[in-house]
Amino acid sequence: MEFFTWCMIAAGFGMAIGAFGTGLGQGIAIKSAVEGVARNPAASGKILTTMMIGLAMIESLAIYVFVVAMIILFANPFSAQVIELLSK
Amino acid sequence: MVHPFLYLEWAEQQLNTHLGTHVTYTWVVMLILIAAGFAASRSIKMVPAGFQNFMEVVVGGVESLIDETMGPKGKKYFPLIATLALFILVSNLIALIPGFFPPTANLNTNAALALIVFSMTHIIGFKEHGLHYFNHFTGPILALAPLMFIIEVIGHLARPVSLTLRLFGNMYGHEIVLLIFFGLVPFLAPLPMMFMGVLVAFIQTFVFSLLAMIYIAGALEEAH
Repeated sequence: MEFFTWCMIAAGFGMAIGAFGTGLGQGIAIKSAVEGVARNPAASGKILTTMMIGLAMIESLAIYVFVVAMIILFANPFSAQVIELLSK
Repeated sequence: MVHPFLYLEWAEQQLNTHLGTHVTYTWVVMLILIAAGFAASRSIKMVPAGFQNFMEVVVGGVESLIDETMGPKGKKYFPLIATLALFILVSNLIALIPGFFPPTANLNTNAALALIVFSMTHIIGFKEHGLHYFNHFTGPILALAPLMFIIEVIGHLARPVSLTLRLFGNMYGHEIVLLIFFGLVPFLAPLPMMFMGVLVAFIQTFVFSLLAMIYIAGALEEAH
């Protein structure tokens, strides 16, 4: 039974730490983009495009954490073995 | 977590086939794209109007993006990039229609698309440079060539993995969030998430096709 408890805790805390790092990283990226647009409003098209690409790259790190959390919760490769061991 | 009701999944259960929702919904996306192609080109006029105008804007946009990223040598690869972009865009957008499942929310579709991009970069690299393509992997200093080769190979292998997982995570995560919202408060609460879904659909299409263009441009350029 403890196996499943640890699975929940791992998924929850993993996602939280992943989201925390992503928030900080994307915040720094948007800060620079907004400063760039403020200095040079004519270049806002290119700056926004680059910012979108950068944000998607950083977001993908949080999504890797999400995929791992989903695998732990829903596609756990060890849960069958654990259930077998527990039922004995 | 309640399993959502999907029209084609119900149809499959009636007919007792085991194709999987990602295959049948890929067929739906194909039908939509082929129908759009026919509708836009039925009576081509010199001064476009209506649907032909809309498709010309889309095609013009993709062409200008390719020109910006890959230069004049990239014109040949316009069909590949445009197909990828349109397929991923339509697949992402049908996620928002209740009863439809986006084929890009399944790992298999995304892996197929990412492997296409990966193999095209290397095939194009070998076609363009011949055996000098290996110079791309060795880096500037000759003494460090074996180490650089290993590092570059690992970097190249990480590309299809990241392409697949980025698109899969975005689409599947969005589907799960919508499922949970529909389970909790089905009245008006899923609406903001669906707006974000439209935004995420466009952004992920843009990022996938832009990365494909950058990888192909990297294979086309001169090595040092």
